[in-house]
Amino acid sequence: MTNARKRKLQNIAALSLSALCALIGLGILFAILFDVLKNGARSINWALFTQDPAPPHLAGGGGLKSAFLGQGLLTLAAAALGVPLGILAGTYLAEYGRNRKYAKIVSNLADMAISVPSIVIGTFVYAILVKPWGGFNGWAGAAALAIIILPVIIRTTEEMMAMVPWNLREAAFALGASYHKVIVTVVYRAAAGGIFTGILLAVARVAGETAPLLFTSFNANFFKLSLSGPTPSLTVTIYLYAASPYENWVRMAWAAAFVVTALVLALNILGRALIKYRVKG
Amino acid sequence: MDLLEVKNLDFYYGSQKALADVTLNIRRNAITSLIGPSGCGKTTLLRCFNRMHDLYPGNRYAGEIRLQGRNILSKNEDLINLRSSVGMVFQKPTPFPMSVFDNIAYGPRLKGQRNLSFLREKVEKALRQAALWEEVKDRLKENAGGLSGGQQQRLSIARTLAVDPEVILFDESTSALDPISSQKIEDLMTELKKDVTIVAVTHNMQQAARVSDYTALMYLGSLVEYDETEIIFTRPQKKMTEEYVLGRFG
Amino acid sequence: MSKARYLNLGFKSLTFLASLSVLAIIAGIFVCLLWESLPALRHFGIFKFLFTADWNYAQESFGALRPLTGTALTTFLALLFAAPVAVGTAIFLTELCPHRLRGAFGTAVELLAAIPSVIYGMWGLFVFAPFLEASVQPLIGKTLGLLPLIGFFFQSKLAGGVNVFTASLVLAVMITPFIASVTRDAFNQVPATLKESARGLGATQWETIRQVQIPYSRQAIGGGAIIAMGRALGETMAVAYVIGNRHAPLDSLFAPYATITSVLANEFNEAAGLQLSSLFTLALALFLANFLALYLGKKLLKKEL
Repeated sequence: MTNARKRKLQNIAALSLSALCALIGLGILFAILFDVLKNGARSINWALFTQDPAPPHLAGGGGLKSAFLGQGLLTLAAAALGVPLGILAGTYLAEYGRNRKYAKIVSNLADMAISVPSIVIGTFVYAILVKPWGGFNGWAGAAALAIIILPVIIRTTEEMMAMVPWNLREAAFALGASYHKVIVTVVYRAAAGGIFTGILLAVARVAGETAPLLFTSFNANFFKLSLSGPTPSLTVTIYLYAASPYENWVRMAWAAAFVVTALVLALNILGRALIKYRVKG
Repeated sequence: MDLLEVKNLDFYYGSQKALADVTLNIRRNAITSLIGPSGCGKTTLLRCFNRMHDLYPGNRYAGEIRLQGRNILSKNEDLINLRSSVGMVFQKPTPFPMSVFDNIAYGPRLKGQRNLSFLREKVEKALRQAALWEEVKDRLKENAGGLSGGQQQRLSIARTLAVDPEVILFDESTSALDPISSQKIEDLMTELKKDVTIVAVTHNMQQAARVSDYTALMYLGSLVEYDETEIIFTRPQKKMTEEYVLGRFG
Repeated sequence: MSKARYLNLGFKSLTFLASLSVLAIIAGIFVCLLWESLPALRHFGIFKFLFTADWNYAQESFGALRPLTGTALTTFLALLFAAPVAVGTAIFLTELCPHRLRGAFGTAVELLAAIPSVIYGMWGLFVFAPFLEASVQPLIGKTLGLLPLIGFFFQSKLAGGVNVFTASLVLAVMITPFIASVTRDAFNQVPATLKESARGLGATQWETIRQVQIPYSRQAIGGGAIIAMGRALGETMAVAYVIGNRHAPLDSLFAPYATITSVLANEFNEAAGLQLSSLFTLALALFLANFLALYLGKKLLKKEL
C-alpha cells in the first residue's frame, strides 16, 4: 500500500470514528428519552396529579399530588430566596464593584460555587438548618436549592449587565440620574431579557435536583402546603420509589421521571430559543 | 458675564495630565466648536463641563469652571443638578430600552414629575424642538430602538431638551450618521441656539466652519487659539492654527 | 447630601451586602463541614481515617479508604471512556456535520447535560445496567478476563449490573456532553488560516485535526476534562443507584462498591455520632477535591494560548 493511500484510509477511518462517537452520544440521548417516555407515558394518568400515594400493596391506585405541590412550593421558595439576592449581588459585581479586586474575587468564587457538588450543599444545610431545629423541613430544602441557584443568577446578572453598552449609562448620568436610578431604570431594562433567561435555566437546574433535598426536606407522604415540616418532592420520590420493591411505586417513579424530564427539557429549550431570538432580533 | 468661564483648568487622568492651563469663555446663545487632532483634549474638556469624569475613579481637576458665576468644580457641587442644566449628546445615539415617550419623559421624571398631562406637553415640546415630532407622533409608545439612526440621535437631543438645560454639549454627535441625517442635526443646532448655549466637539472642520459662531483649536491638552469662527478659518493669529485649518497636520 | 445620594448609597450597600453571600456560603460550607468532622478526625486521626478500609457500624470504626478509592476509580474510568467520545463528537460537530444541522446536533448534545441526574440513575438501574450485564460484561470477561495476573479483575459477575463498571459508564455518559461542548468551542477558536495552511501543505483532514487543532486546543480540552472530573467526583444520584454501596474489598470491575456520594446518599439520614461525623468528613474531602479540580480546570481554560 502506498503512503498516500494509507493516509487516506487513515483519514476516513478516523473521521468515521468521530461520526460514530457523535452517533453514540445522540443515540444515548434518544435512548434515555425513549425509555422515559415509554415507561412514563404508560403510567401517567389523572390520578397521578390528583391523589395522594396509596399503600404499595394496592396495585394501581394512588398518585403523587403531594410531591407535585411540594416540588412547586420548594422551587418557588428557592427562587424567591435566590433570585433577588442573586440579582443584587450580580449588580454589585457588574456596577459598583466593577474593576475592583474584591468583585473579581467574588465573581470567581461564584463561578466555583456553581459547581460545588449539590450533595455537599445538602450536608451543609443539614448541619445548619436541620440538625439544630430537630428535623427535616421544607425551608431547609428551599435554602439548599437557593444556594444552588444563587451563584448561577449572580454570574448571569453580572454578565448580562456588563453587556449593556457603557454609553447608555453615561447618557442617563448626563440627564442627571444618580447611579442607582441609572441601574434600576436603564441597565436592568436593557439586561432584563438575558437575566430572565438565566433565571429560567437556573430554575430548570434545581427542578431536577435530588441530592440536596435528601438530607433537608426529605419526603412526606402527606403534605399540608407548609414548609415547616418534611416536604415531598418529585425528585426524592423518584429516588425512593424507583429503588423500592413495589411494582406500582416503580411505575409512579417512571411517571414522575417523565414529568420532571419533560419540564426540565422544555425550560432548557425555551431558554435557548430566547437566547437565539435575542441574538438575532 | 459669559455663561461658562474656564479659568486655568488642569485635568488629570490619574497621574497623566490631559489638560493644561485652559482658559476660555463660552458665549451665551452661541455655538462654540472645539477642534483639534485626536488626543488633543477637546473631548476631555467637553466632559469637564458636566463633570462626566467624576464617574471614574482617579480623575482630578484643578482651576475653575464657572457656570453663571458658580464654580462647578467645587466639592459641594450637586452633580445631579449640574447635569440637568448641562446636557450632553453623545457620538452614537443612545436610545434607552423603553418607548419614545418614556425616553423623553426620563429626565422630567427623574426630577419627580409625575403629572401625565404635564409630561405629555413636555414630550411634545421637546420633540418639536428637536424636529422629530411629525415623524414619531404616532409611534410614541413604540420602543425607541426601532427608530432610524438619525431619528435616534434627534431623540437623544429631545431627551436632553426635556430637562430644560442651559447648555448642551455635543460630543461628535454627527460622526456616526449619514450626510442627510448630519445635515438635519446641524440645522437643528442652529435653530436651538436661540434657547440654549451649545458647545460641540467635532472632527469635521467644514462642519465647525459651517455651524459655529466661535471655534477653539486645541493641541496636546492646551488651548492654541480661540476666536470667532470666521477669524479662525480666514485670518488666524497663530501659525499652527493656519496650518491645522488648511489641513497640513492633524 | 441630597435624597438621591442617600438612596444611591443605600442601594450600593444593599448590593454589596448581597455580594457577601457568596463568601458566606463558601466559607460557611468549609467551616461547617470541618466543625462537624472534628469528632471523627479527633477519634481516628486524619491519616488513619483516610487509609483505613473498615466501615463497621457495630464497632464504630470508620475509614474512608473504600469510598475514596471508589470515587477515584469511577471518576478515572468515566474520564477514560468519556474523553475520546467527547473529542470525537466535537470533531463531528465542527468538521463533518452539515452546516445546517450543526445547531440542532449541538443543542441535542447540550440537552443531554441538562437531564437531571436522578433520571440518569433510574435509567441506568432499569435499562443500562441489565443491558451491560447481558452484553458487554460477558464479552469483557471472555477477553480481558482471560489475561494472566490481572484477568480476575475483569471476570464477569452477576449482580444485576450494579457495579463499578456500570457506574463509571453512567458517569461517562453524564460528563461527555460537557467535555464535547468545551472541545467544540476550542476547535472553533483555532484560526482558519492555521487549518488552511496545514491543508495547503497536503495534510489530510484527520492529520490537520490531530497535528494542528488538537495541539492548539490541548489546554482548553484539558481544562474542560478536569472540570468534568470535578463533576464526576460529586455526582450523586446516578452513582447511588448503580454502584451498590457495598463495603467490601473490590475484587472485580463487575462487583458492587462504594463512593463518597453513594455512602452519603445511603447512610447520612440514618447516621448519628461517629458515623455522622465520618460522613461529614467524607463530604469535606469531596468539597476540597472538587474545589481543587475546578480551580485547576478554570485556570487552564482561561489561560490564553
